[in-house]
Amino acid sequence: MEISKEEISGRTISLAIPAVRCNGVKKYFQTVHAVDGIDLEVRTGECFGLLGPNGAGKTTLVEVMEGLTRADEGIVEILGYCWGSGDDRAFRDRIAVQLQETQLADKLTVEETLRLFRSFFSRGHTVDEVIRLGELEEKRKERVHKLSGGTKQRLALACALVSNPELLFMDEPTTGLDPQARARVWGVVEEFKLRGGTVMLTTHYMEEAARLCNRVAIMDHGRFLAIGTPAELIASLDGREIIEFRVLGELEQDLLTGLPGVKAVDRKNESYVLKVLSIDVTLPALLNAAERSRARIDHLLTRQATLEDVFMSMTGGRLNDEG
Amino acid sequence: MMKDKIRNPLYELTVARIKESVREPEMLFWVFVFPILLAVALGIAFREKPTDRLRIAIEESAGAEQISKLLSIREDIQPIVLDTGEANEQLRKGKVDLIISIDQSINPQPESLVLANLVFTYDETRSNSKIARMASQDAIERGLGRKDMIFIRDNKVETPGSRYIDFLIPGLIGMNLMGSGMWGVGFAVVYARTRKLLKRLAATPMRRSHYLFAFMLSRMIFLIPEVAMLVVLGWIIFNVRVFGSVLDLVIVSILGSLTFAGLGLLVAARSRTIEGASGWMNFIIMPMYILSGSFFSYERFPEFAIPFIRALPLTALNDALRAVMNDGRPLYSIRLELAVLSVWLILTFVVSLKIFKWQ
Repeated sequence: MEISKEEISGRTISLAIPAVRCNGVKKYFQTVHAVDGIDLEVRTGECFGLLGPNGAGKTTLVEVMEGLTRADEGIVEILGYCWGSGDDRAFRDRIAVQLQETQLADKLTVEETLRLFRSFFSRGHTVDEVIRLGELEEKRKERVHKLSGGTKQRLALACALVSNPELLFMDEPTTGLDPQARARVWGVVEEFKLRGGTVMLTTHYMEEAARLCNRVAIMDHGRFLAIGTPAELIASLDGREIIEFRVLGELEQDLLTGLPGVKAVDRKNESYVLKVLSIDVTLPALLNAAERSRARIDHLLTRQATLEDVFMSMTGGRLNDEG
Repeated sequence: MMKDKIRNPLYELTVARIKESVREPEMLFWVFVFPILLAVALGIAFREKPTDRLRIAIEESAGAEQISKLLSIREDIQPIVLDTGEANEQLRKGKVDLIISIDQSINPQPESLVLANLVFTYDETRSNSKIARMASQDAIERGLGRKDMIFIRDNKVETPGSRYIDFLIPGLIGMNLMGSGMWGVGFAVVYARTRKLLKRLAATPMRRSHYLFAFMLSRMIFLIPEVAMLVVLGWIIFNVRVFGSVLDLVIVSILGSLTFAGLGLLVAARSRTIEGASGWMNFIIMPMYILSGSFFSYERFPEFAIPFIRALPLTALNDALRAVMNDGRPLYSIRLELAVLSVWLILTFVVSLKIFKWQ
């Protein structure tokens, strides 16, 4: 019970200071500008997402924040602390890190792994508590190499949560997991958020960012292209609604551009994506135009714009290959 | 909530290390089963045969039977009558040590052996052949009535700890400590690095020296069964005794084991791949297999090379183990070997800590 008192007082103190503050952060590898001038402030209690394709510089930026990589330029403050300005090792008690693709020791059990990680920290949950937080009760005695991908990720997350950290870094926590396993990992993160924890997350799943993050930054080539809440970013799009379809026969592109409410037309072979102000206005006009041109439209789909559309409109690429 | 007690990280790291090792069946084979197999195989191949009998072929002829009878006076001679072709064939293969024939070109029909011309055919480079020649001459002359001029009393003693197997067992212990120390520690570290586990640990408040030190501690615990197994096995099967104090043996083993754990750490300090580390391991281990006198004495190498060979950690360990096990010498008398091991240990550990890459 003493631990939780400490933790409450620790959090009240840190409320005034941003959880993460970056100012002009740059990190180059030879000629590659992995991080190319990043300014960022993440508030305590916030869940912030770095969204971007592979190679965007997300991992490098997060590792600079985690104190695993030194920035070439700029200021990085984590919970008001600058790496290298004091006792780094002691400071690590307050933050937690989940790396992309860490493989824990195969031959140890879930419980043994957590017991080991717990021993490194001077504060935190008991092993039993963190097993419950990670929903690992049934796998407690199982060896790591026998765990499924999703369970391994929850164990990695539990290893991070074992110190009951103020700030949790997660680098692509659900890459390669099936939707069910992904949802369970999200559940664990959401519980951490509910308890007042701050989360810094990288992902290339827009669904993940939309569900977990209060704010996201879209990152590519080491820079932020946009930053804001998911709703703000979607609202910033010209066309916030999308019509997708396939055309059998001839339909002139100029005709589509001229339809009411159309903001942009993307074409790939017979497949079209129209970004429109309102589906209600554009769709009847589209069907009319098709009929006049004696073209047939199928695979018709209408939807709201997502973060992925925001990303595509900014970079012309996709967030991830799985779509 | 005693069960959930939070223990010292060094303790937890060491326990985790030991559990990981024990749960690796292949590691148990190489550390425990393989050395036993090696000891048994080498022990049998090189066992001291109870006074090997000299095998002497006699070429078929009129006098062959008589020669055979005369040779049988000596217990250490096993005579066998063969035709010329077979006798030569067996000499070539080393199945017989000497061929005795009668040269009939000078005296075709000798009435007695005294008048016959005996020919001894043998390979002078074989020590057994030379012994066979002397023993045959002795047996035949004595059988024909030679009188010995002096009286000799044979005083046969057996020096304990002087057999090949006595030499071999400490060498195998040394080799085993080297192998398990270097591979055990080196591989575990490189493996953890390739899996990004080292980086993950570096992101915790874990003391880095604790991580490396846990390897040393786990090695100290493992070496007890490793050494005990070979000592007990040597004692039961081959009657290899430990003439020095067991405590001294433990001290030498611990020091040797830590030294090789240090070398393993050094090799693993920067290696990014298992393949790269394997190359370096072999580069360090192979010369010591050959030079450090695990299987045969390094005194056979040229004189100028001996000081370098003795500066190798495995040589120092083997010499120290043999001094304690075979000769029963005190630690004081092997202070040079212990110093060599200590220097290697300190050097490798300090350098490893300095250059160690966590990512």
